[in-house]
Amino acid sequence: METPAMNRDACGDLADEAHNRRDSATVKVRIDASSRGRAKAAAKLNLKAEVKELSFYYGDYQALKGINLVVPEYKVTALIGASGCGKSTFLRCFNRMHDLYPNNRYKGEITLFPDAINIVGKKVEPLEIRMRIGMVFQKPNPFPKSIYENVAYGLRVRGVRRRSMIDDHVEHALQQAGLWDEVKDRLDKSGLDLSGGQQQRVCIARALATEPELLLLDEPTSALDPIATAKIEELISELKDTVTVLIVTHNMQQAARVSDYTAFMHLGKLIEYADTETLFTNPGEKQTEDYITGRYG
Amino acid sequence: MDTDRENLTHHISKSFNRELEDLRNRVLRMGGVVESQLTDSLNAVANANEELAHSVIEHDYQLNEMEVEIDEECVLILARRQPAASDLRLVFAMMKTITDLERVGDEAKKIAKLALKLAESKLADQRYNEIATLGWYASDMLHQVLDALARLDPELALEICKKEQVVDREYKAIMRQIITYMMEDPRTISRSLEAAWAARALERIGDHARNIAENVIYLVKGKDIRHTDMEKVQDSIHRPK
Repeated sequence: METPAMNRDACGDLADEAHNRRDSATVKVRIDASSRGRAKAAAKLNLKAEVKELSFYYGDYQALKGINLVVPEYKVTALIGASGCGKSTFLRCFNRMHDLYPNNRYKGEITLFPDAINIVGKKVEPLEIRMRIGMVFQKPNPFPKSIYENVAYGLRVRGVRRRSMIDDHVEHALQQAGLWDEVKDRLDKSGLDLSGGQQQRVCIARALATEPELLLLDEPTSALDPIATAKIEELISELKDTVTVLIVTHNMQQAARVSDYTAFMHLGKLIEYADTETLFTNPGEKQTEDYITGRYG
Repeated sequence: MDTDRENLTHHISKSFNRELEDLRNRVLRMGGVVESQLTDSLNAVANANEELAHSVIEHDYQLNEMEVEIDEECVLILARRQPAASDLRLVFAMMKTITDLERVGDEAKKIAKLALKLAESKLADQRYNEIATLGWYASDMLHQVLDALARLDPELALEICKKEQVVDREYKAIMRQIITYMMEDPRTISRSLEAAWAARALERIGDHARNIAENVIYLVKGKDIRHTDMEKVQDSIHRPK
């Protein structure tokens, strides 16, 4: 199995063990014991997902080349890399966004735990996956409906009809997204009337309302100002207790701030995957070093 | 990934290249000044040279200024560039290194003050010869560690870490010798105490040189080897990542 060189120990073992013990998906992560400060020699982590030899083709063009990666549960995993390296393509595989266009092909597996289903398997219904995996995009895209209806949308699609239940979920999701206090008096106003940062938090609330297990964030703050960005980042670290987060970001400092693990991608390949601290202070690969320090390779 | 000199200057931002290069040069320049301060102070002691001792004491302010300036530059780089990986380690290692360099400067000043006392006293012919060897060891360590820093050479830095033990041994030997003198002839106590202070200063310089060597290893290898035993350090430096 090809796992990027650095932390082959940590991530390679993680993947191998997950493979051997698919039933429980409980694995040990060995953290490089020589690095002081986080010499917790062995930490137990559950896996939310495991990607094995994943390739993706837009028609004839191969956008992802044999990616292997594990997504630890209740952690934030960041994907970084230059434009066109495939990180968004990779993220979109998780909720089968690519199925919307013909001629797109997946090869390999993305196993979602605890039930170990293969997300990109042909037998799996994309809708079922999207119920369990929420996604938030770069530009805030609330529906042209009221704030309430925006957040309730996923529940209604699921066939939830009891008003009291929907009310509860909407309130909870808005609270989780840190927006409740700002909008509780105007839930019937259009979602489009809110500021950019608020709109983005409505979108996050909308994704959270259906209680997803995995939340995909595709550059969620690149259209926001620093204050709104800080709020979303704070939100991400709070969400970690209840949901696993996979985030694509162009902002390396953001990846360094919010994530526990970071993967660096280049030209469709995963170059390095390590805990965030190591990746940003002492990366193992020259390509990673060049990218995060702003050098030309 | 190891840091090498080639690699330091390959940023897309040329002004960032210049800032990092300038930072390194300034630290090396400060190292040069510290080295000549130490050499001068030792010469002042060896020859009871009042003039030289005064010059060392007067020039210490230069080092203090340099320390403050370089610190400012580091803070600016951190604030403006948010350096990562080897760049971050460079800035961090430089900030720590200048603290040690400044302290070496202070120790040199102490030695110069002792030289001044010696020159002023009637005992000028009774030089502190016992510290000559230790002085040589300490300046050699300092010289080499600056070399390791300039060349980003972790192997040399490791050698310097080992030399610190030699300095410690020499220091203990001098202390025994000094105590013997004092017991034999209480009239030499005040002179012997001065020599002990000088020896102490030189021993501290060895410690600072070792700290700088540790910074070099951190900068190049990304490994923090403070308070680690030598065998492990050796392993971790030679082991490919």
